Amino acid sequence: MAENIQNSARQDDSLFQKGIKEGLFAGAVSFGMFLLYIGIVTEQNIHNELVYRFRWGALAAFVLIAAVGRFLIVTVAQPWLAARKANAKPKVEEKGLFRKHFLKIALVFLVFYPILAVTLAGTQGSLKYVDNFGIQILIYVMLAWGLNIVVGLAGLLDLGYVAFYAVGAYSYALLSSYFGLSFWLLLPISGILAAFWGMILGFPVLRLRGDYLAIVTLAFGEIIRLVLINWTDVTKGTFGISSIPKATLFGIKFDASKEGFAALFGLAPSSAYYKIFLFYLILALCLLTAYVTIRLRRMPIGRAWEALREDEIACRALGINTVTTKLTAFAIGAMFGGFAGSFFAARQGFVSPDSFIFMESAIILAIVVLGGMGSLVGIAIAAVVMIGGTELLREMEFLKHIFGDDFTPELYRMLLFGAAMVLVMLFKPRGFVGSREPTAFLKERKAVSSSFTKEGHG
Amino acid sequence: MAPGNATMTNDDIILKVEHLSMKFGGLMAINDFSFEAKRGEITALIGPNGAGKTTVFNCITGFYKPTMGMISLRQKSGKEYLLERLPDHEITKTAKVARTFQNIRLFSGMTVLENLLVAQHNKLMKASGYTVLGLLGIGGYKAEAKRAIERAEYWLEMADLIDRADDPAGDLSYGAQRRLEIARAMCTEPEFLCLDEPAAGLNPSESATLNKLLRSIRADSGTSIMLIEHDMSVVMEISDHVVVLEYGRKISDGTPDHVKNDPKVIAAYLGVEDEEVEDVIAVVESLEGGENA
Repeated sequence: MAENIQNSARQDDSLFQKGIKEGLFAGAVSFGMFLLYIGIVTEQNIHNELVYRFRWGALAAFVLIAAVGRFLIVTVAQPWLAARKANAKPKVEEKGLFRKHFLKIALVFLVFYPILAVTLAGTQGSLKYVDNFGIQILIYVMLAWGLNIVVGLAGLLDLGYVAFYAVGAYSYALLSSYFGLSFWLLLPISGILAAFWGMILGFPVLRLRGDYLAIVTLAFGEIIRLVLINWTDVTKGTFGISSIPKATLFGIKFDASKEGFAALFGLAPSSAYYKIFLFYLILALCLLTAYVTIRLRRMPIGRAWEALREDEIACRALGINTVTTKLTAFAIGAMFGGFAGSFFAARQGFVSPDSFIFMESAIILAIVVLGGMGSLVGIAIAAVVMIGGTELLREMEFLKHIFGDDFTPELYRMLLFGAAMVLVMLFKPRGFVGSREPTAFLKERKAVSSSFTKEGHG
Repeated sequence: MAPGNATMTNDDIILKVEHLSMKFGGLMAINDFSFEAKRGEITALIGPNGAGKTTVFNCITGFYKPTMGMISLRQKSGKEYLLERLPDHEITKTAKVARTFQNIRLFSGMTVLENLLVAQHNKLMKASGYTVLGLLGIGGYKAEAKRAIERAEYWLEMADLIDRADDPAGDLSYGAQRRLEIARAMCTEPEFLCLDEPAAGLNPSESATLNKLLRSIRADSGTSIMLIEHDMSVVMEISDHVVVLEYGRKISDGTPDHVKNDPKVIAAYLGVEDEEVEDVIAVVESLEGGENA
């Protein structure tokens, strides 16, 4: 024991010496390098002559950074890395534990997220976090989970998914403003209408595969948008539909009136309560989507979707009706898009065709691909990264100090998205979660490696 | 059929193909092809490459619609189906004809067990009330799902794949994939099983396992089998009846022994001129004489 301590003390001593030695060496090298670059500066004097002067302070700072940096790397960072490498095994298990409970942790966090935001940022301050981050991300999570049924499970490449989002949004906007129907009635109706349009799209594209299917679905998305723009009698065209009624909680309205939510509970009137309500609503809708998807995967129809993605001809040889299988995938995927759409309309209070451009379809598809096709957790992470990243860019005012006042960070988001996607696809070509969870097992549930799964041919 | 077989009734015939013709543009892939497959037998369809064997299979299983002819299937219950009029998935679902493919078509990203569960789609779909009841947890879906896993387990045992049940199908060896494809087809509970070159690419010991599997399928489940095969050790050993196809025409039909000695077949396989057929017959006869002596 004593010997051990002595040993380690001796080791520490030699490490310290080594650090000093390497630090001094690094300092000397950097002094030599930076003497001319940093230490001497040329400038014009008042007579327009070029003169030079020494910047000893700056030079000293650079040399010091190099020397101290090297010293710290040798004495602290390298032993720490070595120790981590040696202890790598138990660390992995710890990670496994976190991963095991990742879903529960995430769910608990989401449930308490608005409360956390209100406590930390105040009622008014929480708006930004609940609305811009929370609701915005969850809408995309739901849309991507809906599209995941079509693209990730059934392997049908759909570039016009935003059309169903639009159908849902306009269903709610039009039916509530023309007929005064309530949100809770229109939510399922929007879903059904979107599913209906999903079938309408499904029929003509049944025989198409791959690129051809993608092009036709893309065109379908554009058709819906153009109809919304040009059918001005009903949709008011590009002006959009405004003052769409808000959703209510068991008949309680979220407004400043006496029967309003704030007054009823004796709270100060604030729009934050409606947003918090909406946050829980979209969270519930997301959970419904996830629940239905998980259940459907274990049903024959879900297995048939995945089988369709793997090999359509084999499906037909096994007596699976590929027509109805494809149509149900389109319809159910579209239904969730419709739910998300009607929620979107209730949240914004305003819909216009501008919200349903092709870019939206592309972003939703990017989330599905980035997350790993078929994986709910991966897709949720991808949505947080992509949509949360966009919102974060808006917040990065400090970038203006670096790039000048003309710099608007959110204009660069597509560039950053592109770069991020290229990086992710290089290192994780099958998305964040590439492996596939089997839907049934005999002895143990082993994840299927992504190298075996197929993307589908349309 | 052979004229001596007068006692044979209609019930013994499971598949009857009459005047089947299939034209691809100007190419006559199958020309006026007729044959019968008997219930409980293993019928082999052989012939040189490009003879149209797979086309016959595709016509029987509905992947092609024949240009002419009639394919009738008679089930044990006495129900008769005209296969050329049914869409491909109905042929498996209602007429109970299953098939495998020349180039293996498994759901490679799904586990072995899942592959067998997909094959029981129609049964499970019905039990789950076309998803609606199953989603709500009403009805007998759970019990049926359990039975489906038991059925899958049975076929995994038969195909000697039980230890690999939870592995992805794409991870299996070639021979195991072939056996899995047969097990998957059997999970649809067919009366007639069409196997497209089941022994292709198998080594002798794997071929022997395959022979055992096919025999036990015929013995235990009473499924009639039809197979396309180039491996004569498989064909001659297990088949009860061999049909030979060349350039889309039937050139021979009968027991393995009959076909083996048919000069036309030998000519087709060895590629001799028509005039030399007589010589071949002479050679065969002298060989047989040698064996007997």
